[in-house]
Amino acid sequence: MLCDILGSVDITEKLTILSDAAKYDVACTSSGVDRAGKKGSLGNAVACGICHSFSADGRCIALLKVLLSNACAYDCNYCVNRKSNDISRATFEPHELAELMIQFYRRNYIEGLFLSSAVVKNPDYTCELMIEALSLIRNTYHFRGYIHVKVIPGADPKLLTSLGLLADRMSVNLELPSHESLKLLAPDKSRESILAPMKMIKNGILENKTELVKYKRTPKFVPAGQSTQMIVGATPETDYQIINLSAALYKKYELKRVFYSAYMPVLEGRNLPAIDSKPQLLREHRLYQADWLLRFYEFEAAELLDEKNPNFNLLIDPKCNWALNHYDYFPVEINTAPYEVLLRVPGLGVIGAKKILRARRSGSLDFPDLKKMNIVLKRAQYFITCKGKTMLGIRYDPEAVLRGLLSEQSWQLAGPPMEQLSLFDDIAFDSLLKGVEPVQLSAGLLRA
Amino acid sequence: MPDIIEKPQKHSIRSDIAYLYDGSFEGLLCCVYESYYQKELPALIFSYSEVQATLFPVKEIETDIISAEKVEKSIATSISEEALRLVRLCYYSCEDNREITILNFLRLGYKTGASITNMLANDTVRKVTDIARKVSRESYFYREFLRFSDYNGALVAIIEPKNFVLPMIVNHYCDRLPSEQFLIYDETNKHALVHQNGESAIVQLDNLELPEACEKEEKYRALWKQFYNTIAIEGRINLKRRMGNMPKRYWKHLTEFQE
Repeated sequence: MLCDILGSVDITEKLTILSDAAKYDVACTSSGVDRAGKKGSLGNAVACGICHSFSADGRCIALLKVLLSNACAYDCNYCVNRKSNDISRATFEPHELAELMIQFYRRNYIEGLFLSSAVVKNPDYTCELMIEALSLIRNTYHFRGYIHVKVIPGADPKLLTSLGLLADRMSVNLELPSHESLKLLAPDKSRESILAPMKMIKNGILENKTELVKYKRTPKFVPAGQSTQMIVGATPETDYQIINLSAALYKKYELKRVFYSAYMPVLEGRNLPAIDSKPQLLREHRLYQADWLLRFYEFEAAELLDEKNPNFNLLIDPKCNWALNHYDYFPVEINTAPYEVLLRVPGLGVIGAKKILRARRSGSLDFPDLKKMNIVLKRAQYFITCKGKTMLGIRYDPEAVLRGLLSEQSWQLAGPPMEQLSLFDDIAFDSLLKGVEPVQLSAGLLRA
Repeated sequence: MPDIIEKPQKHSIRSDIAYLYDGSFEGLLCCVYESYYQKELPALIFSYSEVQATLFPVKEIETDIISAEKVEKSIATSISEEALRLVRLCYYSCEDNREITILNFLRLGYKTGASITNMLANDTVRKVTDIARKVSRESYFYREFLRFSDYNGALVAIIEPKNFVLPMIVNHYCDRLPSEQFLIYDETNKHALVHQNGESAIVQLDNLELPEACEKEEKYRALWKQFYNTIAIEGRINLKRRMGNMPKRYWKHLTEFQE
């Protein structure tokens, strides 16, 4: 053990302030890199990522997510850490952070570190502090686990390069989905100042790859790739704009992930949504679903939305939405449809589609077979046939499908869960009748 | 007119018998060996530790490493490596009659060959894949939901799994903490994974008594709890989602939920 951080300073207070300030950062994944352990060192990294706990908001905790400091020199009006805001300030000494992180890791609390920071003095100085902390962790503690570091915009590219050689993943937060919104809420940041480091990281990774081919011992630069995050619901962008932006980021900047974060009203501000507005959590969820479709289901952004329908339907998921709008593709035959077609069936995922491919090699499949294979048919049943027949033997039209898809959900939306009918309790009929309306209502709304 | 008394068939398989084995994986493979060479399909296979009352005549199967190796090799070559993996996972499960399930699976496998692992809609295959999935899922969870405490430099964790997961997590923890001295105690199965000086072993351990945690350890636990409570966003509290992601039965030994 290098030092004892527990006695000297009030580490609890620092940890509280600096994790509280970091909690709105979404990315807490530890995925993207496989690195085996090594004798004499500590830790390894697993490409699929490992979560270690889930906080009360249901989000995973994989990394020790903290700021190095929240004592910011800037005064961005949308940020809690702005200079003029009256809050408690704290800054970790690099050795404190290193020791804390290592002690958490040894106890299997976490998978690694997610380090971000407010701007202490200036971007370069902040970057140097971060490098100091990370070199302690990597070189003194010989840590081989996962490190995600957030880029401080405006720091010297040389410093960013040394940071990238210590980290597994880097991220530059896009913050807001459009140029105009940035201007409105974060006047100190411009699209260019955000995209420049992104480009630098992309090129760094590319160069590093060619060097790795030539020299095996070249240190790896950001091996788990880069990611970004944007806030949804603080500004008026449509889902169509956001999804197109993500698609472009995946293609042009080869990002590993784009994270979406529903805006949480924590500050009063002239250009900000009212402090009592509700975060758009369902919208965020739909964006993630669509993001998944882009990355793993070979969908194009233009297929999911267009200028006429620029937002996702909050009642059904984006894949269902697409399938209902393209109902002439369906139903597909489970026993013959190719993989790409199976992937487009609502309710069928990558694992399900692969299972079907395997299973049908040893004989044709029927609906009971699919059930035995743990394939969930709740949504899929409306879009598939087995040996030419649908599950209930009826042909559907998109409207009937929509009604079927929504009925279960709307019963839940209608209020208290349904009760078992009782012969001796005539109130039960009332509550049943009440439940009927919303079903028709929501289906009607969708058609409009 | 058909014969009233059925003639014994030439290749009839005897099924009114129970096998008793030593509970080891090799022992189970020897049961498979016996079943094949004696043309028997036992109604029950059980080990010494779970002695059952049975009306069937009980046959003790001796564990013979050579026959066990033969069977293991034949599973890998005549069926597939994947089938062997499933059988191993299934063996470590806590399911009732897992031995018979494995035997049925292997008998089918020797008939069909490697394609057995594609027959996902077959009941026998499904049973084995379902059990294997449960076991690998639980062992995956024990990479996540396991907490060590530091006792004088040695790390100790206690788990209460349903299945015997220790063999599935050995490599993970030994690779991760090569220089640490650690012990993972499986309270359900009374076994411990011990790692010391770069070597590891799974040993039987009926009881584990731990000293009081030192001040420093208490402080780190408190820091972790503080972090855990701070990192949640109040406006998004979703206890149902947390429960779905982290089933409650794992909470008992997690530092963040302890007093």
